[in-house]
Amino acid sequence: MAVRVRVNPIACEAHGMCAEVLPERITLDEWGYPIVDERPVDGELVEHARLAAKSCPVLAVLLEEQRGPR
Amino acid sequence: MSVPFASTQLYWYLTRSTGAVSLVLFTAAVVLGVLDVQRVSSPRWPRFVIDGLHRKISLLALVFLALHVITTILDSFVSISLIEAFVPFIGSYRPFWLGLGAVALDLALAVTITSLLRARVGYRAWRIVHWLAYACWPIALMHSFGTGSDADTLWMLVLSGFCVAAVAAAVMWRVARGWPSHIRARSAALGATTLFVLFLTVWLPSGPLGPEWPRRAGTPSNLLAHSDTGTATR
Amino acid sequence: MSATLPRVLAGIEPHGALTLDAHVVTHGPLKLAGHGRRRRTAPLIDEAERAGLLGHGGASFSTARKMRSVVAARGRPLVLVNGVEAEPASEKDRVLFECLPHLVLDGAVAAADAIGADEVIVATRESLGDAADAVEGAIEERRDRGVRISLATVPDAYLAGQETALCSYLSGGALRPTFTPPRPGERGVDRRPTLVNNAETMAHLALIARHGAGWFRELGTDGQPGSTLVTLAGAVRRPGVYEIEFGSSLAHLIDVAGGSDGPLQAALIGGYAGSWLTPAELSSVALDDESLRPLGATMLAGVVFLLSGSACVVRETAALAGWMASQSARQCGPCLHGLDALAGELAALAEGYGGQAPEQRIRRVASLTARRGACAHPDGAVKALLSALDAFPELFADHARAGACTACDAPAELPLPGWRLPDARRRVAA
Repeated sequence: MAVRVRVNPIACEAHGMCAEVLPERITLDEWGYPIVDERPVDGELVEHARLAAKSCPVLAVLLEEQRGPR
Repeated sequence: MSVPFASTQLYWYLTRSTGAVSLVLFTAAVVLGVLDVQRVSSPRWPRFVIDGLHRKISLLALVFLALHVITTILDSFVSISLIEAFVPFIGSYRPFWLGLGAVALDLALAVTITSLLRARVGYRAWRIVHWLAYACWPIALMHSFGTGSDADTLWMLVLSGFCVAAVAAAVMWRVARGWPSHIRARSAALGATTLFVLFLTVWLPSGPLGPEWPRRAGTPSNLLAHSDTGTATR
Repeated sequence: MSATLPRVLAGIEPHGALTLDAHVVTHGPLKLAGHGRRRRTAPLIDEAERAGLLGHGGASFSTARKMRSVVAARGRPLVLVNGVEAEPASEKDRVLFECLPHLVLDGAVAAADAIGADEVIVATRESLGDAADAVEGAIEERRDRGVRISLATVPDAYLAGQETALCSYLSGGALRPTFTPPRPGERGVDRRPTLVNNAETMAHLALIARHGAGWFRELGTDGQPGSTLVTLAGAVRRPGVYEIEFGSSLAHLIDVAGGSDGPLQAALIGGYAGSWLTPAELSSVALDDESLRPLGATMLAGVVFLLSGSACVVRETAALAGWMASQSARQCGPCLHGLDALAGELAALAEGYGGQAPEQRIRRVASLTARRGACAHPDGAVKALLSALDAFPELFADHARAGACTACDAPAELPLPGWRLPDARRRVAA
């Protein structure tokens, strides 16, 4: 099961926790806001993606389930 | 069905110790919460670690709080029922001061449950309830001064003093940084914190540290020791 | 009706709105073909699809697809006619409301009929008072059955016409864009599935309902069939709203409008989220997306602003950057920081204070700004600003090196009204 990470830019307040937890997909720009690589996340990384969503203080990180090839 | 160790003072010692540990852990939780919201971080202590510590230590504090409540109920010397742990001011043993503990427990549960269900509850509702933590802590502290068997001991006073200092410093820092945005809320918080600390310095000597506190606090007369026997009261 | 122009502007009178009777005389009566709530489509939707009708509000999204997605959504649908026209230089929607309100309302009523909606809201801007009055007058004249039409006005702001901001405002919320999904077609005004269409799109729909897809396709190109309204503004003798067929020549349109007073310096196609063209490009280009795309432009909402030879492109671009930054809802970090930074950089560059390699910095900030907000505002601003750099590299290099030029003293030409989003958050950087 793959997921795609999305950030709600309106809710985002540049706390930056998502980038700490999932640096494989999220880096921070010079203003502290997340630059999201929208490639799907799978395997072990999915758990980290879920943690990134959980640890966002303002619940701005969203995960979209991808129905991948099975 | 009888409770094991009922005839000993085991539960009394356990409730005192878990109570003290809860106070220390909740103090740490509040301080970490302030560090979290102030976005404190360093390469060794990234944001998600501070945030994770805040969450985990809060849960640990709740575990010790649960033990504190359970051992209080199990302690046979004083009759405190399960319902009194949640519904304040209805008991016979120091109803007001014990009741404060019930209030603090209710507030802590509200904060905890909304935090565990944060995604369901939504950010705004979660944030509003979370502010109650700032009310929960001083109420718990007053409960410990009012009902604590060790309230008048030096070690507990020093421990409480450190806890008050830590929370007061954290709150002052939270208020000061970002001044003067939201000036009304910040001024109110500043005023409340200052008043509370002043209140403690004035009230403690004449309250829990003063004469005959157990009687004044509402310990039922049958549990009070007679002054001539010199037996320690509870 | 024959395959010639005018179509939408047919019967327009120099003063005042066409009455209902005059409208029926011009176009014939409106015949409604029924809706398909349970059948997932309706005759008018199929016809619009065959006609290849695209939205005229800027996004050029397939109208039929939009209608189908509203039909598929749960809840009681409603139709929202977007006549807010928050693009400062654009006038077409205002003209439609003031002169041909019944054509727009016909389209809205036909759309409502097709998607099974019983309510139509027509939205326009506060300062378009005459347009609002004309629409209200037209609503009173009508005798439609089974549908309630009302007018709503919104404050003047660039983002007031953005679909989600408009729906949010009409639901009693703030006039600011919301995060999508869900789009208005799924959840819009009062959480109901809302078909949001530009006023001009409704006008075309009203004609397709009468004359069919085949007729519609007799003008225009294969990729962009039909006719469209263009607002020709700026350095031209007879600025105003013209109806053209897609694919016709811009140079010809300028001729029809009386030509320009002197040589033109540039053309801004599509409005403030559009692209700049050089004089060579504008003299040879056709007005349709396929022809404009190789030049980095698209029609968007059909505004063509001609910059005179005495203006300074760099100064106008810097002013535009500042204005686009001021119109941000300031909800999203990359937009508010990025547009502020771009405005600052361009203002400095125009005065010669840009420092080392300002263009590199501008492109880097632009890449961090575009596509990272909740709406397309930062994308459009970045596109317009970068297209100026692309089209006039020597002018920007000259300014970076030597500062203001003689043309910088000339009066500003791009209209940049002092609009403010109501209670726009003064968001402090984190």
